[in-house]
Amino acid sequence: MSLQNRITHIIKDPHLSAKQKSHYLALEAENSLDYVEVSAQALAAKQAGIICDMFEGHAPFKPRYVLPDYARYLSQGSDYLEMSPAQDFDDALNALMVLYHHVPSVTNIPVYLGQLDTLLMPFVSDMNEDAIYRKLTRFWILLDRTLPDAFMHVNIGPTDNIICRTLLRIDAELQQIAPNLTFMYDPLITPDDLLLQATNNICLCNKPHIANYPMHANSFDERGFGIVSCYNALPLAGGANTLVRLNLKQVAMQSSNITDFFERVLPYYCQLTYELIEARSAFLHQQSHFFDSFLVKEQLIEESRFSPMFGIYGMAEAVNILRGISNDSHSTPKTYGHHQEANALGLNISQALDQIVTTTPVTYGFNQRALLHSQSGISLDIDVTPGVRIPNGFEPDPISHIQALAQHHQYYPAGISDILSLDETIKANPQAMMQLCKGALSMGFREFTANVANTELMRVTGYMVKRSDLEKFSQCGSRTNTTGLAAEAAANTGMMQRKARVIAHEQAPICYE
Amino acid sequence: MSKRPFVMSREAIVSQILPFSCVDGPGSRLVIFLQGCNYQCKNCHNPYTINVCDACGDCIAHCPQQALKHVKIGTKDHIVWDKNLCTQCDTCLSICPKQSSPKTTTYSIEQLVAIIDAQRHVINGITVSGGEASLQLPFVINLFKTIKSTAHLAHLSCMIDTNGSLSITGWHRLLPYLDGAMVDLKAWQQDTHRYITARDNHKVFQSITWLAAQQKLYEVRLLSIPTITDYDSEIDALANYLRQLPSTTQIKLNAFHHHGVEGVAVQWPACTQDDIELLASQLIQRSVNNITLPTIYLNEVK
Repeated sequence: MSLQNRITHIIKDPHLSAKQKSHYLALEAENSLDYVEVSAQALAAKQAGIICDMFEGHAPFKPRYVLPDYARYLSQGSDYLEMSPAQDFDDALNALMVLYHHVPSVTNIPVYLGQLDTLLMPFVSDMNEDAIYRKLTRFWILLDRTLPDAFMHVNIGPTDNIICRTLLRIDAELQQIAPNLTFMYDPLITPDDLLLQATNNICLCNKPHIANYPMHANSFDERGFGIVSCYNALPLAGGANTLVRLNLKQVAMQSSNITDFFERVLPYYCQLTYELIEARSAFLHQQSHFFDSFLVKEQLIEESRFSPMFGIYGMAEAVNILRGISNDSHSTPKTYGHHQEANALGLNISQALDQIVTTTPVTYGFNQRALLHSQSGISLDIDVTPGVRIPNGFEPDPISHIQALAQHHQYYPAGISDILSLDETIKANPQAMMQLCKGALSMGFREFTANVANTELMRVTGYMVKRSDLEKFSQCGSRTNTTGLAAEAAANTGMMQRKARVIAHEQAPICYE
Repeated sequence: MSKRPFVMSREAIVSQILPFSCVDGPGSRLVIFLQGCNYQCKNCHNPYTINVCDACGDCIAHCPQQALKHVKIGTKDHIVWDKNLCTQCDTCLSICPKQSSPKTTTYSIEQLVAIIDAQRHVINGITVSGGEASLQLPFVINLFKTIKSTAHLAHLSCMIDTNGSLSITGWHRLLPYLDGAMVDLKAWQQDTHRYITARDNHKVFQSITWLAAQQKLYEVRLLSIPTITDYDSEIDALANYLRQLPSTTQIKLNAFHHHGVEGVAVQWPACTQDDIELLASQLIQRSVNNITLPTIYLNEVK
């Protein structure tokens, strides 16, 4: 299709809103420019689908993920936005909503809304529980209706406080896809009954996602971190300038054997991944003028706290290919996720990637390094499993699942999105959900994400969709940007035919029909 | 009854280990299904767990994966099952003239404890089920005792899922290591119970009463089979009995479905959500509290 035809197609689409059309038109405009300059080898690897820039665009003019220091903003106000420091609870909610509209991301909607309980607790003063509940309910609805994107992420916990408890209550009552929610758990700080409230919510609506707070905190510095979008962990007051991911399945297919994979092919494609990372971040940092924005001038973000994310996916297929096992038979006892030797090989691959990523300097990175990330897929992925996950529908029981993957988590500081599928009998037993969660975190899980069968809100990796919306989407579109991604994922990946299941992806490059 | 070619307190015949269950007691549990049952329930959902394999060997030739082999240990015949070759096609189960399964594994206490140890962070406890777990009582006692006396496992609760046929003497021996029992009350009237299970139910009542007195009765389970069980016709007597139980005991209503069922019970009507809710309302009217309903109704899953 020619550019004009694609533009016409978007403009005349019967289901997209005007705003959604503007977004896709902007993507088309950006992608009509030449791609940032890279070598012929890198371009070939990109075109062959071995490395992938997540369709972020040909000329990056904004970082992929931005995590502003909202606490600083609330206390200092903003010259640029003509905002005074927040004086009370209403001020704080209003000020946050104002800034959210000025925080860019790859989706044009902020992916990080802050550690809301910590941010709001200083403004609670003598407000009673009911007043807090009513104000936060309105705020929650406002977020969902005005920033309709399930990648938008709120963090709460690990401390027990009234904001945290009230948001959990509201989130379970409203069952909205947005905002996405991460509950930080720290066994030394978080009381059991608060974790139980969170795991009860998972039984009701598959949210929140539970993050291993001490483990994440150790990966960053005292200024802190946030969980954003599809469970990406990134430095607070910073973010991700870009995400380039490597398809391990393709890397395995280019290898003649396991030794060749580790010694020749994997290092080669990692080098090309770095080349693409450098080219994309150089353009953003040197030519886009993004880092001249008020966010930097007012110290809400710092350029040095942005890192590239080095993503990987297709671990399951890579392991099976290297072991000479057909990926058509994911369920056999010899495959990744099921067989000890297969799991051990997978772990060796994660270790090799960790070795490369922690020792390779980058020009624009937090501590001059990229951050390794087990990438949760995009809606166009076919026959390749997200990150280091076990293929959809072929997961062992939840305990064996946790045991098979726990050791991987230490190597993925920028997040490892795995989803535990549970049948709906667990709804009557939230205690079991809590124990699974505590156990998984104590065995090394960086984050715990569960999907309970037959709930109205289901996970499509990091974000949520409503089952009923998915069914309606093909007829009438959706006011929510991410439903389109999920509908495409459902069509491409057979997600709906599979068991209690989910797939993963984050952004799709094209406009849906 | 079966011969037991091993030391009963040290080894058990296990039909299956389920690393995770959220329906066999409180919280997240590892469940060990022991092979062999002294009931012959017409409606059994796992009829191949009733009898212990007598090594007749009829299944061996039928296995499409050659996963079954005949071996002699001393003078005893055994069928050895290779888990890694097995595709779980269940041909052996349909062939077996004894309605048993060759797919069992003999575990020692040490082997089971190692499995439990590996997942101790993820579970609240273990449940032994069956078959009828109490038929291998010396092993169960030994297993629970080992867990309770191992410092880093002692927090795990030890529960038994039982048909209630164990004698009070037997319960006495298990009591020091037992955290709770889930007991099936398969019918109210003796005749009905005998029709369904081929056994009397007086020991079941004794077990329930005794366990309740020891504060070890976690749950009484009623499996409702329309036109077969007598819970509705005996609702007053049943409710009166259940009302006497401790307030901590859950009354779990289960709905009969056809999954796995063989023989005459295939013709029995499945129990619907409406049936269960009617039974629940009848019990509630008669002041029976702590009723738990099924989370899902398998018959109605399309």
